[in-house]
Amino acid sequence: MRLILRKRLRPLGWSRFLIPPVSILAAILLGAVLFAWVGANPLRAYTEIFKGGFGSIYNFSETLVRATPLILCGLSVGLAGKMLIWNIGAEGQLVMGGIAGAGVALFFSSAIPSCLIVPAMMLAGFLGGALWGLIPGMLRARLDVNEIITSLMLNYVAIFWLEHLYFGPWRDPEGRGFPGTAMFLETAWFPRFFGTRIHLGLPVALMAAILIGCVLAYTYWGYQIRAVGAGAKAAQYARIPIARNIVWVMILSGGLAGLAGISETAGIHYRLQQGLAAGNGYMGIIVAWLSRLRPGAIVILSVLLGGLMVGGDQLQIILRVPSAIGLVLQGAILFCVIGGQVFNDYTLRIRKG
Amino acid sequence: MEPAAIFIAKITIASSMAVLYATIGEMFTERSGILNLGVEGMMLMGALAAFAAAHTFDALWPAVPAAMLVGGLFALLHGFFSISLRVNQVVSGLALTLLGIGLSNFLGRSLIGKAAQGFDRFGLFPLDRIPYIGPVFFEQNLLVYPAYLLVPLAYFFLYKTPWGLHLRAVGENPAAADTVGIPVLRIRYLYTFVGGALAGLGGAYLSLAYTPGWKEQMTGGQGWIAIALVIFAMWDPGRAAAGALLFGFINAFQFYCQAAGLTLIPGYVLRMLPYLFTITVLVVITRWEAAKKRIGAPAALGLPFEREE
Amino acid sequence: MPDDSQSGPAVVMKAIYKAFPGVEANRGVDFQILSGEIHSLLGENGAGKTTLMRILAGFYQPDAGEIHVRGQRVVFRSPRDALAHGIGMIHQHFQLVRTFTVTENIFLGMAGSLRLDMPAMERRVAERSDHYGLAIDSRARIWELSVGEQQRVEILRMLFRDVTILIMDEPTAVLAPQEIDRLFAVMKRFRAEGRSMVFITHKLEEVLEISDDITVLRRGKVMSTVRPRQIRERTVSAGTELARMMVGREVILEIGKHPVKTDAPLLEVEHLSVMGDRGELAVADISFRIRRGEIFAVLGVAGNGQRELVEALVGLRPITAGCARLNGIDLKDCMDSVAYIPEDRTGRGSIPDMTLLENFILTDPKRFKKGPWIRWKSAERVAQTLMDRYRIAAPSPGMKARQLSGGNLQKLILAREFFRKPRFLIAEQPTRGLDIGATEEIWQALLGQRETGGVLLVSGNIKEVLSLADTILILFRGGSMDIVSCDDEKCLERIGPLMAGVKGAA
Repeated sequence: MRLILRKRLRPLGWSRFLIPPVSILAAILLGAVLFAWVGANPLRAYTEIFKGGFGSIYNFSETLVRATPLILCGLSVGLAGKMLIWNIGAEGQLVMGGIAGAGVALFFSSAIPSCLIVPAMMLAGFLGGALWGLIPGMLRARLDVNEIITSLMLNYVAIFWLEHLYFGPWRDPEGRGFPGTAMFLETAWFPRFFGTRIHLGLPVALMAAILIGCVLAYTYWGYQIRAVGAGAKAAQYARIPIARNIVWVMILSGGLAGLAGISETAGIHYRLQQGLAAGNGYMGIIVAWLSRLRPGAIVILSVLLGGLMVGGDQLQIILRVPSAIGLVLQGAILFCVIGGQVFNDYTLRIRKG
Repeated sequence: MEPAAIFIAKITIASSMAVLYATIGEMFTERSGILNLGVEGMMLMGALAAFAAAHTFDALWPAVPAAMLVGGLFALLHGFFSISLRVNQVVSGLALTLLGIGLSNFLGRSLIGKAAQGFDRFGLFPLDRIPYIGPVFFEQNLLVYPAYLLVPLAYFFLYKTPWGLHLRAVGENPAAADTVGIPVLRIRYLYTFVGGALAGLGGAYLSLAYTPGWKEQMTGGQGWIAIALVIFAMWDPGRAAAGALLFGFINAFQFYCQAAGLTLIPGYVLRMLPYLFTITVLVVITRWEAAKKRIGAPAALGLPFEREE
Repeated sequence: MPDDSQSGPAVVMKAIYKAFPGVEANRGVDFQILSGEIHSLLGENGAGKTTLMRILAGFYQPDAGEIHVRGQRVVFRSPRDALAHGIGMIHQHFQLVRTFTVTENIFLGMAGSLRLDMPAMERRVAERSDHYGLAIDSRARIWELSVGEQQRVEILRMLFRDVTILIMDEPTAVLAPQEIDRLFAVMKRFRAEGRSMVFITHKLEEVLEISDDITVLRRGKVMSTVRPRQIRERTVSAGTELARMMVGREVILEIGKHPVKTDAPLLEVEHLSVMGDRGELAVADISFRIRRGEIFAVLGVAGNGQRELVEALVGLRPITAGCARLNGIDLKDCMDSVAYIPEDRTGRGSIPDMTLLENFILTDPKRFKKGPWIRWKSAERVAQTLMDRYRIAAPSPGMKARQLSGGNLQKLILAREFFRKPRFLIAEQPTRGLDIGATEEIWQALLGQRETGGVLLVSGNIKEVLSLADTILILFRGGSMDIVSCDDEKCLERIGPLMAGVKGAA
């Protein structure tokens, strides 16, 4: 028995929209198997996950909090991905953004008028991440060095520097248990809304999504980015400056992840601490790919995945299933979805013999 | 205490093994034209499988085969998506890594902090009596010695046997190989499995010999470093070994500084060194390749193969 | 090795049917090969010749029909099965591993011992190649060889596998006339040994020269099978008869060309040298001048530096020495008035995954920009107008470019470039792979461009060049062999040897 894939001549019509839900259904079934193996009732597990993520206003607000850095990291990876640049370094860019913004908060709070502190921190966060994205960007643009590995290696470098800072020179003199810097002054805290933990980061993330979407669809620069990703040789033929675009895209991409970093730091933790590198950068990759690099879908998917993570945490408490199940489910979803995407372009035929 | 040079050399060998196995494995996979970025995930799954087997059976003999089998099967997942479904290999590999990290975290929860039998260092008599070379090369643990054979065998296999020729042909021009009747898909699956098995072996080395035990994400990025080293090695086994040794040396240097209390280079910079080293190595080799206009990577690397149009 | 069974044909293919998504490549084809004959398979692009032979060689499975080899029914699941029966195919694009040596390529896939004994194998290759007059260095790597030499490697590979039925797909497409003669000599040698050959081509002249049997395919069906003698006996010219069978109507190979040429210089190229990808000099000290209203052709067999020349002119490759000037200004600075139709339509000339609309604005975005924004609405209007004017068959500009046929895609690219009203147009193999109808349209468009400026036509198609060009530069190994002004039939005789690097032939 052989599986034959044949290219479709005509693209799928409405049935195209069936593929993602079916893929996710497949992943959910796989997850159910995993739950059963661990001894938890799958139906109950999924119900608890859903309740944990979306069951109440408070839970939903937590989901949105969780989704904020995912949106920004998803945009970061997604923007670069449009040009077929793989930004695996979003995690490190996030950390650098947090460091830069924290630096402003810790050392310049008194020097800047209080109404400008938060914008200054945002800017610093963006620039910190942008710088960290610039390095692999330049290496790729000028020297044609593979950006997957360079951006990834810089993740480790950033994390080590982060640890050095909050264990060492920036350590909280009052030594409050959890390793980290001193708390920021209240003027440096991101405002929160509606009495929940939803903070300034969320509207920033949403605005970023709208902005990126507009840029890609309606501006000439966005067109250039898409053209390079869809046909690099043709873009070169059309005299679109590829190297320059790589650099700017990586700057913007790194900056978006940097914003995620500062928004976690100043919106949730109020200090630079262990736990800043929580994997948002890597999950941004999943978000970007599952959403096929579309900003609108990135937002929706980040919320869904955020709910999955928050619900998964609840699962740990209620059903004593390790919360790492959330990561496994995401991996399964990713595989099922990319498998499903094959059917967009190919039909499957089974030949006997 | 041994003289510093011997100490550093010994640790160099010991630190390079995990990366060496993984690099040789990925080199074989990429030689067949398949790019597998899931090495980190495969190493973790192998490390977990080895430790779990050793812990469960309270014996070492099932551990390494378990690790290699798990690594190989895990790689086949990527293989299925890349070879048969012709999905983008970068995405599939990344998904494999993420899945591997998540799955190993998830499954290994109960094993954190547990103990199991490990591979201890021992002297390989009488080779360990040779001055200088003896203590460095032949006072290692059991999982190191196969590497001494693996590298020359890989070299011989690749360049001096018909199967090596077929493998290289599949990676350079699968259509040409197909024309003369070489089973392209089967070969790609085989060497994807081999790559996963070797990566699993590298992981087993970590959890059973180098830092015995299980810890989340205990590979610390060595899977990624292996991928970079394959490029550095220009897909050649000898140079892969050299690159792995370089990496091991950086690690050994770091240990030595900490052990000897040298504070010239701060601890956190030392820890960054392997990763900075990888970037440097990659930049250097990319520029060198470009300058010499050499044909480097297998020409069909990352490209799916189909016969019917 | 010679086939003993003189009774009956060596190969019989009956009622072969093969369809791909959207196209029926073979519709009930019957085909026979006798032993010890050269059988030509003639037809236009897309007639189904390659498909039919790939079925015979084991690459495809027919949807219906049978194959008999030496009287026995066979089913080939892979090229290996076909090779086991002595049937081998040399493709149009060579299936060689560029980084391997000649010997490694020849022995690839053949069962061997544990170790590779390179020196012994290299000796065997040298012996066999000498025996057949296929001179080749068995130690050379493929990327070092010329196209003609690579073809010899392919042939040797088949010889070492004792192929008795050798299929060759457009083997002369990449050869200069002198090399074609050498190939035909080798083919006759094989025939004397009792081997059969299938010669796939669309070139009428060669078919008449070499074939014992000719089968004409059109749109997947056999139009007729004739022996050349039969054709020559009729009064009508053999070439026209075959052409009619191939295409279905009298093909007017002449095209109404009225002179437009002026004397005002348009493009001046002086002592141009360009480096190739491997550090060699791909273009060596070329100088020429193109006048306004002129179509200037660079003619040569593919791989003699045309690609590097064009890339250097349009700025995709650095110029090593010399210069190119348009109306006195450095060509680099005039790219706004230069249009380039690349040979690679889907890789370079367009972006298949983007829509037609997005492809239309590719090379002249300024016209559709307002500040940072793109004026999609007005772009769409323009796109629709162009699609109507050039008769590009597509439901809307929102369609993806990959869904266009080759001819329509080329028309899109032309429409886009002509819309820019360029002073100077560079067209690279503009009608490659297109059917007669599209070819005529493109030729007319190119002739029309003479009114606004000039055209540099890069082509390996002698017929195309003779029909369109006022002046022809023959390119060989990066150097200009000669620049001729052609109006007469004697042209072909002059050009042929020049293309093969033979200077000053009769």
